[in-house]
Parts: sequence; structure tokens; C-alpha cells
Amino acid sequence: MKSQTLHILSNEWKTLLRGKWVIGYGLIFLMLTDSLLRFGGGGAEALLSLSNVMLLFIPLVGMIYGILYIYQSREFVELLLTQPIDRKVLYWGLFLGISTPLMTAFIIGSMLPLGWHGILILDGGASAMVLGLGGILTLIFVSLGFVLGLKFYDDRIKGFGFTIVIWLFMAILYDGLVLMLIFTFGQYPLERFVIAVSMLNPIDLARIMVMLEFDISALMGYTGAVFSRFFGSNLGIFTAGGMLAIWLAVPTWLGLRVFKQKDF
Amino acid sequence: MIEIKELKKSFGDLPVLKGMNLTIPSGQATGIVGPNGAGKTTLIKTILGLVKPDSGSICVNETLLNGNWNYRKDIGYMPQVARYPENMRVNELFSFIKGLRNQEPVFEKELIEQFALESELNKPLRTLSGGNRQKVGATLSMMFNPDILFFDEPTAGLDPRSSHKFKERVKEEKANGKTVIITSHIMSELEQLVDHVIFILDGNIRYYGTMKALLEESREDRLEAAIARMMGDDSPAESAAADKPVQNYSNTATEILTF
Repeated sequence: MKSQTLHILSNEWKTLLRGKWVIGYGLIFLMLTDSLLRFGGGGAEALLSLSNVMLLFIPLVGMIYGILYIYQSREFVELLLTQPIDRKVLYWGLFLGISTPLMTAFIIGSMLPLGWHGILILDGGASAMVLGLGGILTLIFVSLGFVLGLKFYDDRIKGFGFTIVIWLFMAILYDGLVLMLIFTFGQYPLERFVIAVSMLNPIDLARIMVMLEFDISALMGYTGAVFSRFFGSNLGIFTAGGMLAIWLAVPTWLGLRVFKQKDF
Repeated sequence: MIEIKELKKSFGDLPVLKGMNLTIPSGQATGIVGPNGAGKTTLIKTILGLVKPDSGSICVNETLLNGNWNYRKDIGYMPQVARYPENMRVNELFSFIKGLRNQEPVFEKELIEQFALESELNKPLRTLSGGNRQKVGATLSMMFNPDILFFDEPTAGLDPRSSHKFKERVKEEKANGKTVIITSHIMSELEQLVDHVIFILDGNIRYYGTMKALLEESREDRLEAAIARMMGDDSPAESAAADKPVQNYSNTATEILTF
């Protein structure tokens, strides 16, 4: 059973690498990180800029990629489902088979310049955090893309629509909306509420973790600032990390559930 | 042997299978016919485990289907639409499926030869013509020597030569005692390949029996005429309705959004 998952996984790796654009995706991060380090001053600033780009784009790319895979490989997945193989095995094979190459492309692409500019040694912890968060976000959003693709299996327009809306909402509008709520209800004690709200958005959680690591509350956005004041750096990172793990578990589990029950 | 009891399935509000009872004994060659949207593909997909029934039971070779998968090692399926990952090569696809099924192919070389696929083996699947992709699908369905074979509109994209070869192969499989189930709109093809006919209309089995009995009963000498007559027997309103529903979504957006 495990070997079959690996079999599917390695097959996806092979076809993806041959498709070359995953390599292109890695190269983009390589060039970006390299130029940030060359022109953007010290390691911490470069890592921050990198994480800003990452927080914006990885969710979009991951989701589009996940949903596109479902739509493009529809007939192939159906053929695989008619083989003597457990749906669960197939799901994990396919999901890991397309998310891990994307994750690896980001991590290797960004890690290489960090390595040759010496940041990996200088700012090891921070680099590891940025790279790790990028990896986790990739997994989360590819699985969200999977869920959307399976849910809107026959209605691609709707599927893509939801993808874009979810991305816009989580990556761009969220912090603004929270801020607006706070302005509106400023007279009430909102700290706990704001913390709860920030936990509902994986991108926010990742942002908070980056900011806490670099200890720059000025750039944190409102939720980050509250988070930092409420938990302090270490506990804050810990809590946010735990929530992110839940965020990883829920969509993947949801995807598995939908995949197992779906009529293809 | 396939045994189906009181099988029901609806998609949303639309009932597609309305309590089907059906027994297909081992070694029988059966054609499934019926208007578009009558439930042919859904029936096959339910047996294959792609679609989960709302109620009723299916037994394949004495295994009751309840989300299990091992029974599918005895089934070969050739889908109506053959689309594979673009960058995969034909022989990679074959070895991938071999690993997935964890079975050694019995007829791989023979089928490749029969369908003249040698020259295509090292080509990426996107460069293959539609007919060749169909042949790849046919090879995949038969190469593990399964007991039960499903062909969903198998010859739709094949040129006459390939179509002929495919039919010869199916006849061989039949002669070897395989259970063969074919859906098709080409009645002359079914006349050559099968001896039992299931006629599905509007989610119910309207007729199930030997081809011969059907022809005698309807006093026609061609299957096409007999089926056409049966469709005509039912009230015109009903058959018009049966022609319309489902599957209007599948093709519209497909081409627009593929990169």
C-alpha cells in the first residue's frame, strides 16, 4: 500500500519535471532571492522581502495548480480509479505527487542563493522558518485547490472563481477587513477576538510567525501586533505553528473525504 | 459474473438508474444500448466503483461492492475518452499501470503488436492521434488478462483497420471465455461482437435477452431496426425526454480551460 503511494508519487514527479515549468517556478524564486540579497541590503531584509512575495504568491500558485491538476487529469484519474487500488492510496499518491515537487522547487530555489550569500549560516533559524513556511503553505493551498477542484468537478468556471476569491480574501483583503472591524468596534476589548480571527487564515498565521521571528511589530499588520503583545515571541510562534499544522490537516483530510465519496 | 439488485442512483434531483436488476453470467458477451443519457455509462461506472450507488447491491465475482477495490483486479476497462498526462510516454504509462496494479501483464507484447503500437511506444502521449490513444486504452484494458472486460464506445475514434483489429481481438477474448460488456451506438458493431443485448431506457432495463430473441420478437433482421422500433414504441414524449438530460456539461468548458 505504501509502495503504491510511492509509485504514484514518483510517477507524478517524473511527469512534472519533464513539464519543466516546476523548474521554472523554482528558478523564479532563485532569481528573486538572489537579486534581493544583492540589491536589498542585509540578510534579514532580504528574507523579509522574500517572505512577503512568498505569502502573496505561493497560495495563488498552489491553489491554481491543485485545481488545474484535477481538471486536466480528469480522465486519467478516472482511469486510475478503475484499477485495483484503494482510493485513499490514490489520493495521497496524487496529492503528494503534485504538491511536493512544487514545495521542493520553492525551497531549493530560495535556499541556493541564501546558501551562496552565506545567509543560511548567518540567519539560519530565520531562513529555515521562511523556507519551511513556504513549504507548508504550498501543501495547504495545493490541497485547498484539490478540494475546490473535486467539489466543482464539472463547473470549472465556478471552481476557478472560488479559487481567485479565496486567494484575494485570504492574501489581500483579510488584514484590511480585520482592521475595519477594529475601527468600528474600537471601544470593546477585541484582543481575543482578533487572535481568534487571525487563526482562521493560514496566510496570516505564516505572516505572524515571520514577523515574530524577525521581531518587527511595526510591519506586522494589526493581527500580528496583537498576537505579539498577547503571546510574546516564542509562545506566539509556537501557537501560530500549531494552528498552521491544523490548517494543513483540515484541507488534506477534507480532500481525502471528498475524494473517497465522490462520484466520478 | 455480475449481479445487480435494485440499483438506484440519482445525480442531484435527476434519477439516472431507477432500480435496476441485472445478472450477467461469466463468459457472456453483452451489448448495452440506449439513447444518450439513459444511464449506460453510469451503470458501468457504478460497477467499476467510480460512482457510488444510492441503494441496491452489486456483486462482481461473488464480491459485494462496498468501497472495496480488490475485485477490480479482474476487470479491464477501456474508457470512452482517452486522455493521459501529456508528457508521459506510452511505455511509461504501461509500466506505471503495471506497478499500480502490481500484476504482470500477460498480453502486453501481443497487444502492442496487434494494434501496431511499436512505433508509438517512445512518444509522449500528447503527440499520439486520437485513434492511437484509443488503442493504448484498449491495450491497457486487456493486457492483464482480466476476466471481465468493459468497453465504453470502443471504436468511436478508430480507423476501419484498427477497428477491425480491435473487433478481432474482442472476438478472441470472447472465445477465451471472457465476460465482455460493450456500450455502443453502432448497432452493426454489436451485431458482430455480442450475443446478448441490454436495452436501457430512462434508467430502467427495457429489454434484456439474446440478440436472436430480440430480432425474432420484433420481426426485424437488423439490430438497429429492432432497437429503433423499441424506442419508437414508447411514447414520443418520454423518449424525447430521455434524449436530453445529463452530460451537457462535460464538453463545453473542457477545451477552453486547458492550457
